[in-house]
Amino acid sequence: MVTQAEMDGEIAAIGAAYESAVSAGGAEETQPRLDYPPYRSSLLRHPTKDLHHADPEGVELWAPAFGHRDVGTLEADLTIQHGGEPIGERTVVTGRVLDGDGRPVRRQLVEIWQANAGGRYIHKRDQHPAAIDPNFTGVGRCLTDDDGTYRFTTIKPGPYPWKNHRNAWRPAHIHFSMFGTEFTQRMVTQMYFPGDPLFALDPIYQSIVDPRARERLVATYDHDITQHEWATGYRWDIVLTGAHRTLMEPEEEHA
Amino acid sequence: MSRAPGDLTPTAGQTVGPFFHYALPYPGDSELVPPGRADAVRLHGVVRDGAGDPVPDALLEIWQADPSGAIAQEPGSLRRDGFTFTGWGRAATDATGHYSFSTVTPGATGPGQAPFVAVTVFARGLLNRLFTRAYLPGDLDGDTLLASVAEDRRHTLVAVADEQGYRFDIRLQGEGETVFLRHPRH
Ligand SMILES: [Fe+2]
Repeated sequence: MVTQAEMDGEIAAIGAAYESAVSAGGAEETQPRLDYPPYRSSLLRHPTKDLHHADPEGVELWAPAFGHRDVGTLEADLTIQHGGEPIGERTVVTGRVLDGDGRPVRRQLVEIWQANAGGRYIHKRDQHPAAIDPNFTGVGRCLTDDDGTYRFTTIKPGPYPWKNHRNAWRPAHIHFSMFGTEFTQRMVTQMYFPGDPLFALDPIYQSIVDPRARERLVATYDHDITQHEWATGYRWDIVLTGAHRTLMEPEEEHA
Repeated sequence: MSRAPGDLTPTAGQTVGPFFHYALPYPGDSELVPPGRADAVRLHGVVRDGAGDPVPDALLEIWQADPSGAIAQEPGSLRRDGFTFTGWGRAATDATGHYSFSTVTPGATGPGQAPFVAVTVFARGLLNRLFTRAYLPGDLDGDTLLASVAEDRRHTLVAVADEQGYRFDIRLQGEGETVFLRHPRH
């Protein structure tokens, strides 16, 4: 197992090569690399061939619909799923889901999952010897509103160790799953909290080699969301990839 | 500030990680129609990595038209009633890398369009989701996308008929690597 210092060297070398490519006129990379050797589990799981260009057709121009039959309003509050209050910092995470043209993605499904305040998941594969919180599962769902806004009440997750390299720790994060108005906008990502000292050390976060693209995954502390004597608040907006179907519709339909 | 005002650059994806099993799968997730219904077919296969080993922690989602080619816009995928066809489903791979859906055979959504099932792949170790298509076996000569793919790789986009329906294996890397798709504006 390599040390964190060796891992830092691998991450830095890829970052420096990217920076010099960009300053030589290379394209900005807004998505993670699929082939990113510092994240060891990716070695045998990334395609080696270029992704093949496809113009979306048929069902790809539409997304599945979800409604209040699918998602209850209480599912957006991860702190009320058991008999008592969970341990940790109660926090509200909210923001908007937009498409690549800035239009709100309305009444669409957002799913989240996360570790508890001690960095432990309710998952049989999680071996981290931190306490399980009987009052916190760490799974939530909601539908965006007409403005594309989602809102969850949860507990700020803790960082947790993993086995990528010696003394590897993930920065605290919430896993997010989003749907757009078209199937090709489907995305899963992770939201981070500002100022985490583990950012520079984490190969999953650093697999997005562009610093500005990484920062778009970091929520902003927002005191206007923070609630008096109740919860801290963070804002995090999500932009999905561009839509296609709407481009073909008459302008008045989405004016 | 995490995102400058007016910045509409798409948010980066990240891996689904190892701990999605208690969050994303749900009862009935892979049953677009109840198994055993007269028109139900199985769409199944194995996800393999670059060494040919099964991937036991992948998650697949499918999205498809109904047999008439109609695209459903009905809610209810998360709480299935057994009668409403929503066109969407989700299945995690098991310890042997195998996934399985109960669904119906999709119809063509337009003239000259070969029917296919749109597939999204997520996995631990996969830093961003991958898109592909599972075409139904048959006459595919007129299909634009298939025609644009090198002949020796075309078969990776076509399901194989079997006793219960269709088999569609996915190879993330290496020999027989599945053709994964990139769309404009992404
Ligand atoms: Fe995680």
